[in-house]
Amino acid sequence: MSKSKLKTKPEQTPDAAAEVKKPKKRRNKISRRENNWHGWLFVGPYAVIFTIFILVPVVLAAFLSFTNFNAIEMPDWVGFLNYITLLTNDDVFMKYVLPNTVVYAVIVGVGGYILSFILAWALCNLSSVPRTICALILYSPSMTTGVAMTVLWKVIFSGDQSGLLNSWLMELGIITEPIIWLTSADYVLPIVIIIGLWSSMGIGFLSMIAGILNTDETLYEASSIDGISNRFQEMIYITIPQMKPQMLFAAVMAIVGAFQNGVISSMLVGNPSPGYASQLIVNHIEDYGFLRYEMGYAAAVSVVLLLIVQLFSKGANAILADKEPVRKGGKHGVQRKAD
Amino acid sequence: MAYKGKRINPRKFERGQIKILLIILPLVIFMAMPIIFIINHAFKPMEELFAFPPTFFVRNATMENFTKLMKFSRTSSIPLSRYVFNSVAVTALTMGLALLLTTMAAFALAKIKFKGRNMLVNINQVAIMFVGTAVLIPRYLVICELGLIDSILAHVLPLVAVPVALFLVKQFVEQVPDSLLEAAYMDGATDFQVYRKVILPMIKPAVATASILVFQQVWTNTETSNYFINEDGMKTLTFYMNSLANANNTVAGQGMAAAASLIMFLPNLILFIILQRSVMNTMASSGIK
Repeated sequence: MSKSKLKTKPEQTPDAAAEVKKPKKRRNKISRRENNWHGWLFVGPYAVIFTIFILVPVVLAAFLSFTNFNAIEMPDWVGFLNYITLLTNDDVFMKYVLPNTVVYAVIVGVGGYILSFILAWALCNLSSVPRTICALILYSPSMTTGVAMTVLWKVIFSGDQSGLLNSWLMELGIITEPIIWLTSADYVLPIVIIIGLWSSMGIGFLSMIAGILNTDETLYEASSIDGISNRFQEMIYITIPQMKPQMLFAAVMAIVGAFQNGVISSMLVGNPSPGYASQLIVNHIEDYGFLRYEMGYAAAVSVVLLLIVQLFSKGANAILADKEPVRKGGKHGVQRKAD
Repeated sequence: MAYKGKRINPRKFERGQIKILLIILPLVIFMAMPIIFIINHAFKPMEELFAFPPTFFVRNATMENFTKLMKFSRTSSIPLSRYVFNSVAVTALTMGLALLLTTMAAFALAKIKFKGRNMLVNINQVAIMFVGTAVLIPRYLVICELGLIDSILAHVLPLVAVPVALFLVKQFVEQVPDSLLEAAYMDGATDFQVYRKVILPMIKPAVATASILVFQQVWTNTETSNYFINEDGMKTLTFYMNSLANANNTVAGQGMAAAASLIMFLPNLILFIILQRSVMNTMASSGIK
């Protein structure tokens, strides 16, 4: 990188002079500055796929949410009926799904976020080799979705004496009889939450590590001269303000993760879960959409879910976004393009 | 002792780090336990899988479960190799397409000025928060309408556009110095040449990160097989392993399921270990402003 930079730099001045004489090249450069339709050529393919498989489905979901649709007959327009039903008539949603989702989102979203910051910060105080090993271990649970998870947790939480957890607890004398973890409504939600937390150190966590490692080192020296006296102060006054963009990215990732993870519950205890004890919004959508074929209603729930996620992300944005103007110098000043 | 500051990313091991290690080690062990358990479980012979009291570590490691899995798949109507082929083809195709489209779009959004660019950047930023499962039904309708049901494209196309990947790559492209691009344009390079000869070689870490993200989504995805594919011969390995793990709760099934879960997990882990340096490199510019 630096080599090519060195090579091209001297050429720049003569070329700039030559550029005035050659109209073709000048046009190229000017159009690059103002409005280059080639941009659309490069974005085009992605934009098309994005539109077909993300944008259109979202718009379609919004449309279907105002209809009654069973996937066979044509949808018929029912206005706000689905939303009204959702708010006033859906006992399962109000009694189980919404409270479960809130509890899950608070513990796994907020708790997981705080935990991943603390862990990221702790890891950054280690030297590189132990840090890399620990980061790998902490990140790997977020890769084990689907099949690995089902087998694993089913064995650990198995309801008879051969279940790993039961056997351990009995050995320690905490319980005398095996607990049927996965079919009892009392334990299902906590188990789903623990698994959710376990797998929450994902890409946001990596982003935080990188953010902390990339903070401006001279600031730490300066701050110690200015009287910062311990690691905690250093974290609050120096580290966090510097890595706000990464904190925001991690927050968005945490929010999305907290609201879209219905897989744990449906894999572990099926859908619907026993007594709706661990039914989250995503499971509710699957339940109505693919088990009862009330797709209009399911679409209404999806729209509500998408709105909730947007709302929380806006909130995170309001708290964490950099309100200062572009800072000159330092790593952030370089990263930020002034446009 | 006065506080020295600048403890972030120390060069070598010091005594002060022991305190931190002691605090995080229990957590790290807790997080690692299930992973260690999967690995051990897959190599347990039958009597250890159902031993009482249950064991955590394997004592007499065997390949029994893996050979049984092979044998079992031979008896079913569709051979295992078919699923493996499907999965590899789908993963390769999706990753290739996704990386090509993502880097091209990232180049345009970061370095080419055109009307509507800011709008596109904002739309993509909002789409990071997109929850795929929420719009499964409309997605199904779209795929039906396009006539993609039961075709390999039903596996591939829905997973090609990954807004997070585009966001990360775009952030990275922005760091490529403008002067470098100017120089290339001066020498008469076209936009495409700049993309291929200047941008692509410089954003390798971001490409590695994007490929991990896409790989994880494709490799572990069961939704496309579940909802968009009816023909058994077109489904993927993940789907097969999943149905194996769910349907076979019998004695023989558990060992196979344990082996299957290890097979599904390992590629993810290996890929991440290989690419982790590049990933951390990319994440440094992951911030949203």
